[in-house]
Amino acid sequence: MASPQPEHIRFDLQVIASLIEPGSRVLDLGCGSGDLLAWLAAARDVRGAGIEQDKDKAARCIARGLSVLQGDLNAEVEDYPDASFDYVILSQTLQQVYEPARLLRSLARIGRRVIVSFPNFSHWTIRLQLLWRGMAPKNDQLPYSWYDTPNIRVITLADFRRFARDVGYRIVREIAIDTDTASRSGKVVEFLADWRATYGIFIIEQKNSDGA
Amino acid sequence: MTIATGQGAPASIGIVEKRFHRFADPPDTMVLESGTRLGPITVAFETWGRLSEGRDNAILVAHAFSGDAHAAGRYPGESGDDKPGWWDFLIGPGKGIDTDRYFVICANILGSCMGTTGPSSLNPATGRPYGLDFPMVTIGDMVETQKRLLDHLGIDRLLTVVGGSVGGMQVLEWCRRYPRVVRSAIPIATTMRHSALAIAFNEIARQAIMADPNWQGGNYYDTGRRPDLGLAVARMVGHVTYLSDEAMRRKFGRRLQDKNDFSFGFNADFQVESYLRHQGSKFVRRFDANSLLYITRAADYFDMTQRPDPIDSARPGIKYLVISYSSDWLYPTYQARELVRRLKRAGQDVSFCEIEADCGHDAFLIPDERLSNLIGGFLHGIAAA
Repeated sequence: MASPQPEHIRFDLQVIASLIEPGSRVLDLGCGSGDLLAWLAAARDVRGAGIEQDKDKAARCIARGLSVLQGDLNAEVEDYPDASFDYVILSQTLQQVYEPARLLRSLARIGRRVIVSFPNFSHWTIRLQLLWRGMAPKNDQLPYSWYDTPNIRVITLADFRRFARDVGYRIVREIAIDTDTASRSGKVVEFLADWRATYGIFIIEQKNSDGA
Repeated sequence: MTIATGQGAPASIGIVEKRFHRFADPPDTMVLESGTRLGPITVAFETWGRLSEGRDNAILVAHAFSGDAHAAGRYPGESGDDKPGWWDFLIGPGKGIDTDRYFVICANILGSCMGTTGPSSLNPATGRPYGLDFPMVTIGDMVETQKRLLDHLGIDRLLTVVGGSVGGMQVLEWCRRYPRVVRSAIPIATTMRHSALAIAFNEIARQAIMADPNWQGGNYYDTGRRPDLGLAVARMVGHVTYLSDEAMRRKFGRRLQDKNDFSFGFNADFQVESYLRHQGSKFVRRFDANSLLYITRAADYFDMTQRPDPIDSARPGIKYLVISYSSDWLYPTYQARELVRRLKRAGQDVSFCEIEADCGHDAFLIPDERLSNLIGGFLHGIAAA
């Protein structure tokens, strides 16, 4: 029923949406109020499912006609059969996950490909803050103080590349973007991405996968 | 054929009437799950809204153990002061289950005493009420009588089947038995099977009835004595399980009823005692003790996980919306999550939401916009698909 225009969803979600082929089966982890799923269902004929911890947001998704489970994503992903989805999306959540390697293994089991996005901790504003002020950095993407942040880890684009390789994934595609936390506009960063991107979006798959 | 009942002011379904369908007349009696035959069977039911030309907008509402077919609207002669149907906040024009769009049916369950055949009905073999000669019925048998009713109404596809508590068990049983009839299912505040806790409370309720000397082995109907005390105590126990610690603290606390000090006796000093006694005696006026025995037994026997063809063997295609309540300790959220897990493993399309509410198991009967919005949006998605 809900069919938001692509420009009405967050820029990073617009980029993610553009990566998904029509008709795919998609699981969106931490799907919020379901903007991405609703857009994918309306515009890409995607068979979507979502998991959202927040009860009110999950209820809003269901009331939009989306298939969404209210619960903890770390636990909920365990119960799907192998290869249930073409894409599993973990958007802006990895920095809050307690056991990233374990979660990614689960995601690679239930999905052919996994799309992971996270705020880039090697953005130049962060590097400079640490270098010049010697204090834990804050910016629009990571606005918290060290003592009140929900983010239990910080990740750079380079960190994730190494992590993906170390735990056995092939990076199918990497997109660096420059956008704000809730912004509908932004741009893809090609030049000096490690310094200039506020977010990284990676498509990964298991190395032994025969996916195209 | 268009079936229509009910008219009236917007936001209320208005005046409704209870109707009856009789089937399974001998020798074509219905074979129950236990193998026993039963007939004739009368099913009391009500409908709201209009069946579409394509007959694709029918919704079956399954009621809870002590409920009836009167889910919405008022009977002729009832005024605005009379209580409307038990799910009136959810069923009606423009409501969560929108009777401007959907044709809604609710039937009294087999074994009950609200118009459908049960232990208080006349046994054609003796000309007297069945009593304990009434055969043991199951949730599956209840569903079967609902199916016969739908066949009679010319409905071969259900947009959804929805119900809370024992009604939710019927929802699950519908999905198991008739996956090709059911397009979507909304089990609310329910479970795939009773826990020991749930069976224990049902057993206390049954024992309260059977220990009442007026029960007389179940053959009390024409003796002028009924097991009212036992039935009232059974209802008191039930009521405690439908509430929650928090709801009872908020509603009663340790407040005294119409007095400032203890009576130093066994009168209803506390408000909670007075409330339970009131609920007990109110229930006695409308419900049959033997029906309670039969229906609680059917609920205890129900086990979706032990069936030869459990719910997950139903072909994918049913869209599920599972709803639980945070303070329900009769069928706690973990049991709803077990159901969700099972459906997920079977590759079924399932949504789940726990609603934050302190009213305990009974929360699904209390007007709540969140439930209306959830169901309304979910149904809209099904109807549009």
